[in-house]
Amino acid sequence: MATVPGEFRFGNFLASIIWIILIVIVLVTLVILPVIFIVLFYLPLPPVNGEILTPYLFLSEVVDPTRTLPIIKFLIHTTPFKVIVFPGFVFAAIIAAATIFVERKFLAKMQLRVGPLYAGVWGVGEGILQLAADGLKVISKEILIPSGADRPIFWAAPIAFVATAAAVTALIPVAPGWVVSNTNVGLIAVFAILGFFPLIALLFSWASNSKYPFIGGLRALHQMIAFEIPFILSALSVVILAGSLNLTEIALAQHHIWFILFLPISAFVFFISSLAELERVPFDLPEAESEIVAGWLTETSGMIYGLIQLGSYLKVYALAALFVILFLGGWSGPLLFPPQLGPPSINTAPTIEKMLTLQGFYNHLTVNATFWFLLKTVVIIMLMILPRGINPRIRIDILLHTGWYKLIVLAFVNMFVALALVYAGVLGPGGSLSVH
Amino acid sequence: MADLEERINESQKLGMQIIKESDDDRLMTLSVGPQHPGSGHFRFVVKVDGDYIVHCDPDPGYVHRGEEKMTEYRNFIQNIPHLERPVIHDSTNITYSYSLAVEELTGIEVPRRGQFIRAIASEINREIYTLYWLAIYGIFLGHSTMFMWPTGDRELFIDLLEALSGARVTHAFNIPGGVRNDIPNGFKDRCLRQIGYFEKRLKEYEDIFYNNPLVRQRTEGVGILTKEDAIRLGVTGSVLRASGVPYDIRKAEPYDVYNEIDFKVQYMKTADSFARAYVPFLDMRESCHILRQLLDKMPESGEVRAKLQSNPRGPPGEAYRRVESGRGALGYYIISDGSPKPYRVKISVGSFRNMLALPHLLVGAKMGDMPVIYWALNYWPVEADR
Repeated sequence: MATVPGEFRFGNFLASIIWIILIVIVLVTLVILPVIFIVLFYLPLPPVNGEILTPYLFLSEVVDPTRTLPIIKFLIHTTPFKVIVFPGFVFAAIIAAATIFVERKFLAKMQLRVGPLYAGVWGVGEGILQLAADGLKVISKEILIPSGADRPIFWAAPIAFVATAAAVTALIPVAPGWVVSNTNVGLIAVFAILGFFPLIALLFSWASNSKYPFIGGLRALHQMIAFEIPFILSALSVVILAGSLNLTEIALAQHHIWFILFLPISAFVFFISSLAELERVPFDLPEAESEIVAGWLTETSGMIYGLIQLGSYLKVYALAALFVILFLGGWSGPLLFPPQLGPPSINTAPTIEKMLTLQGFYNHLTVNATFWFLLKTVVIIMLMILPRGINPRIRIDILLHTGWYKLIVLAFVNMFVALALVYAGVLGPGGSLSVH
Repeated sequence: MADLEERINESQKLGMQIIKESDDDRLMTLSVGPQHPGSGHFRFVVKVDGDYIVHCDPDPGYVHRGEEKMTEYRNFIQNIPHLERPVIHDSTNITYSYSLAVEELTGIEVPRRGQFIRAIASEINREIYTLYWLAIYGIFLGHSTMFMWPTGDRELFIDLLEALSGARVTHAFNIPGGVRNDIPNGFKDRCLRQIGYFEKRLKEYEDIFYNNPLVRQRTEGVGILTKEDAIRLGVTGSVLRASGVPYDIRKAEPYDVYNEIDFKVQYMKTADSFARAYVPFLDMRESCHILRQLLDKMPESGEVRAKLQSNPRGPPGEAYRRVESGRGALGYYIISDGSPKPYRVKISVGSFRNMLALPHLLVGAKMGDMPVIYWALNYWPVEADR
């Protein structure tokens, strides 16, 4: 079937646009507005700011910022907003997407090429829409399931992968008070959730009913278990110094001095282990292309692959953020933002800046904390990307040897340093340098 | 056979199980290729016991095109374009030895300037091939930068040969009697400038790849092919030189102008995968050195191609000539019955000889060493199938 483009006439083009506008206007006036009114009159609306919300009030609030802002403010401090938007999934997913783009551009510059180039908006930001294009492509691809695959697990594993990665990001505090789940066992919860990943990889590789994915899954299992212990041990020395497992309190304990100054070896071990946990170069053995095709991802296609990629980049953000919280003081940093937006004025007309400040949207402490946290996280993410440009993949026996023999010993070395600091009364509960 | 027993004893010392008939259900059989990203147009069936390879069965022939038979239906000149198809990345060298053999059969004398231009094209093509090989070796180790850099720098040499012959990859430049056309104006300066740039880049390659501790860790001591084994298996080229045998056709049987060129045969004695990966790199450096001398010594003017009759033919007889290609000795054995078409052509390629060492090296190796050993053998599957 051949499609021949019709002859282009500018008049027809304009006429089609005018038709579309007309149809939209007619639809809005005759169908959509009546439906909205019917719904608003028959549904009981929640009271906002002590006022009963009538449909008239609701519609006037839509156009009046002074009335809309309280509603938004109310929404921001609800749990669903935290879970879905700000410290939760959307925020993490945006960072993950940015990581993919930055990684491709950054690697391209290292390798003397240009990287994504064409999918941009009117020449602004070359290739910045590449991710959207890739996403559309991945969604439109057919999902192939190997014959003999265990279908329920095959479908569930990618979703579980993303969900588990999102669960890790839910425990990460971005600014004081801005965390989805502020538990007192935050660090243990992070490790407990991270422990699910090898299981998912193994289940998925087993469900694929194929040889290369199976080898890849076993490799993923070996690798993650070998690096889990140095991973936890290196974080343990931070717990000794901070005296808490709560991630917010760990970050607050480093208000004066970052723990990386006392625990450089732990930070190094933690960084290497997180590279292994993330299956990034040089530890990308479970996806070693030249040996086992694509490892445990061999049978993935379409959105299954897309979900696993999204999950693994969410993991990159989560572990980089964890590094920042444990070793780089979390959000601590000099105060850069003014306490108010715009010049302080008393009896002037309400501007948008003034309203934002007054209504409590703009909290300079929160903005400052988020800024420093993001800056440090981006630096750590860049450091995690860097080995991909300079290193080959290492072999499985060297990897296991590194994990079980070298990193565990190194992690213990710094734990003794931490204990010595606590017994000397320098840090830890009641220490001379710790935050009271 | 004594060697095999030694290997078995050695692997048993390592705690490795040797394959038995009864073990077949315990081992996993993997068919690596031809769709595997780490195989090329080639398949090898390996049996693995855990992480160890206990059996390897190479299975070439996926791109067999009957090149030898095709030559019997074309005359000596018509054979050139299709003969370079088996290894288009080294297309000047694969027609070089063919041209030499035909010249010996028909008694054509190549003009001196033509001989120099041939050698220049051959050395440039050696760089192109080796860079391509190195790029794939880089990505086989998971080193993506080493994939991109040689692929990019290879363009420089492709541009040079394009200026010389008009084609980017399949040049059909070496023909019986000389080369197709003379070099363009300003070629010498351009070539020297690019060699100067490339020698600087080679230092960077060494820093990021060969001196990288992780690359060393993965390649050193892996897949050791001893000097005796190398000679017994008949490997040639960089694989033989990496096993400590300083043998190069350009030095051992100098053809055309190579006896006037001063160069060293690069070889290493460690005989492991690192040596096999490093010797082609040293060859590239030496090729730059050779190119400078060739450009320097080339006569300023003169014929580049001998005057031939329209269908060159010689007396009945046979000829065997070989050159040093990017992968080793590349020889042509041609029998002529006096007609303008060859009676029989046998192409002896380095790739096939190097492939014979693969099962020898893979058995007892680890799964992760598979691409490291395989691609370091400097094996081009399409050329081996011919």
